[in-house]
Amino acid sequence: MNLHEYQGKEILNSFGVEIQRGIVAITPEEAVEAAKKLTEETGTGWHVIKAQVHAGGRGKGGGVKLAKNIQEVKDIAGEIIGMNLVTPQTSAEGKKVHQVLVAEDVYYPGDSEPEEYYMSVLLNRSTGKNMIMYSTEGGMDIETVAEETPHLIFHEEVDPAVGLMPFQARRVAFNLGLSGQAFKQMTKFVTALYKAYVNSDSSLFEINPVLKTSDDKIIAVDAKVTIDDNALFRHKDYAAMRDVREENATEVEAKAVGLSYVDLDGNVGCMVNGAGLAMATMDLIKQAGGEPANFLDVGGTADAERVETAFNLILKDPNVKAILVNIFGGIVRCDRVAQGIVDAYKNIGTIDIPIIVRLQGTNADIAKELIDNSGLDVQSAVQFQEAADKVQEVLS
Amino acid sequence: MSVLVNKDSKIIVQGFTGSEGTFHAGQMIEYGTNVVGGVTPGKGGQTHLDKPVFNTVSEAVEKVGADTSILFVPPAFAADAIMEAADAGIKVIIAITEGIPVGDMIKASHYIKDRDCRLIGPNCPGVITPGEAKVGIMPGFVFKKGKVGVVSKSGTLTYEAADQVVKQGLGITTAIGIGGDPIIGTTTKEAVELLINDPETEAVVMIGEIGGQLEAEAARWYKESGSKKPVVGFIAGETAPAGRTMGHAGAIVGGSDDTAQAKKKILNECGIHVVDSPAEIGKKVAEVIG
Repeated sequence: MNLHEYQGKEILNSFGVEIQRGIVAITPEEAVEAAKKLTEETGTGWHVIKAQVHAGGRGKGGGVKLAKNIQEVKDIAGEIIGMNLVTPQTSAEGKKVHQVLVAEDVYYPGDSEPEEYYMSVLLNRSTGKNMIMYSTEGGMDIETVAEETPHLIFHEEVDPAVGLMPFQARRVAFNLGLSGQAFKQMTKFVTALYKAYVNSDSSLFEINPVLKTSDDKIIAVDAKVTIDDNALFRHKDYAAMRDVREENATEVEAKAVGLSYVDLDGNVGCMVNGAGLAMATMDLIKQAGGEPANFLDVGGTADAERVETAFNLILKDPNVKAILVNIFGGIVRCDRVAQGIVDAYKNIGTIDIPIIVRLQGTNADIAKELIDNSGLDVQSAVQFQEAADKVQEVLS
Repeated sequence: MSVLVNKDSKIIVQGFTGSEGTFHAGQMIEYGTNVVGGVTPGKGGQTHLDKPVFNTVSEAVEKVGADTSILFVPPAFAADAIMEAADAGIKVIIAITEGIPVGDMIKASHYIKDRDCRLIGPNCPGVITPGEAKVGIMPGFVFKKGKVGVVSKSGTLTYEAADQVVKQGLGITTAIGIGGDPIIGTTTKEAVELLINDPETEAVVMIGEIGGQLEAEAARWYKESGSKKPVVGFIAGETAPAGRTMGHAGAIVGGSDDTAQAKKKILNECGIHVVDSPAEIGKKVAEVIG
């Protein structure tokens, strides 16, 4: 589950990670109130108005702006709230901004120059351990840094038995070229950050930039936080942070009924039991000359109700020209799935695009007969290749 | 011969009396698998499906000599159950449970690392040696005894592959579902290695998907090993978009090196017979086995 910047910072701060402070606002008036309150609390003169959407590169799309007085806070907030923010990570239509974070200005002048760093915490899948990845090149796209100056990216892998050790926190601060007060602050920052990562059951922290201020504080200026969905059962407070407006509506609906669905751009919808077989079916659609319109795993209990919901989800997409159902009946019997398809079809009424059903495994023959004798405009297949050929046929 | 499980395996079911455990243990027993009992904390002393229930895994090891365990424990308690099995001296631990928090699996996989056991899964369909032992949730009838080993991250795609192989008149030695999570106990390479070293296995089917480096690692090992046993490979997810999780928690393209295309290229370079179409797995096996 992805979080907004302000939510991620809240979690970080609750574990002692120093952050750029801010207050979230949903109207320009609220933004003004937030700015005044922030000035009272932090003494900041200027404010940064930041669009809160689940996408990176917000600054590039005009979603992050500096306000030098209260009037500017109001104007900029008015401009950003409600806009469709287009960034390199969004679609061409962009993402609607529902709220802004009014944040303190942290790039104030002082004894030293402010410096930006990059830091993320994530799982290293090949070792099964968490690692801290960090770089002196903050504020930049990390993929670009990895490509152009890979020697400026460092890693610190954490032993699960003992956690992040003090020497590792010191190594991070040394590698970032820090000394004195800033060095001390960085070791504290990294230690708190790792503690936050583990205790919040996150699967990704990306803090870009981490800032050394002109008075040698180390703070998180941005926060991309992804929480492990499988661990939300023990974090009810985080689960409540889910903002479904940021997610694909069809995917949210699918999830609510226990279907695993991913929206894609193609013209052939598919409904499959099992994630691996679903991906393989998508690949087969492509090889048959189509493009998959979705990933959809109906899971182990493909009964009439689930099949009907799945059909309705797929049919929402006007680009879908055909639907391929691919079920390998194991514990779930094919004839029951076939009955589910027939019932769902009748409940929906007319489906005016061709449907190809491939059922294999337990009672596949009975299932084929059931489909073939249903009188519905549904083509059946038993072999995987047969199904692909039929997709090709209906597309041409 | 076969690997991991056979007719002599002494199998216990953790999460025995729950609905999943009850259903699948029943299916396993019906298949002829040597289930010697089960574990449900607090229900020790009872009898379930005509088998004894124990409070702890170590009790099951002591009283009925269990050496293999299959887990149907809910996600919140599954990592603990894996560690309990390892601590009790179980040699093969097969974790079916889907949805275990990654943080829990980091701890569990670290805990079992230096113990004399092998973890299969989690989030896997289990392991089957046809005619001897079904330690999983797969439909047993699909798998007929034979000479082809199968390694796969996915459930139904494993059944699909096995079905195609069987319909070619060939059969299966052992099929290993290694699981689709980011952290799994037995890697593709380790499973392929087990099968390559099994004298009865004449060819191996290796089914992977987008995300991670497991298939590439297995392919490189295969090339190094100089083995003459043919391996047929398929990677699912050529059409999956980057950055999106495709059902399995581990099935996500993170960079340019874990796409289906990149993996297929490495497999090809390492002498694995890669099929582009999932409908051609069986045919390809028949072709390479001659």
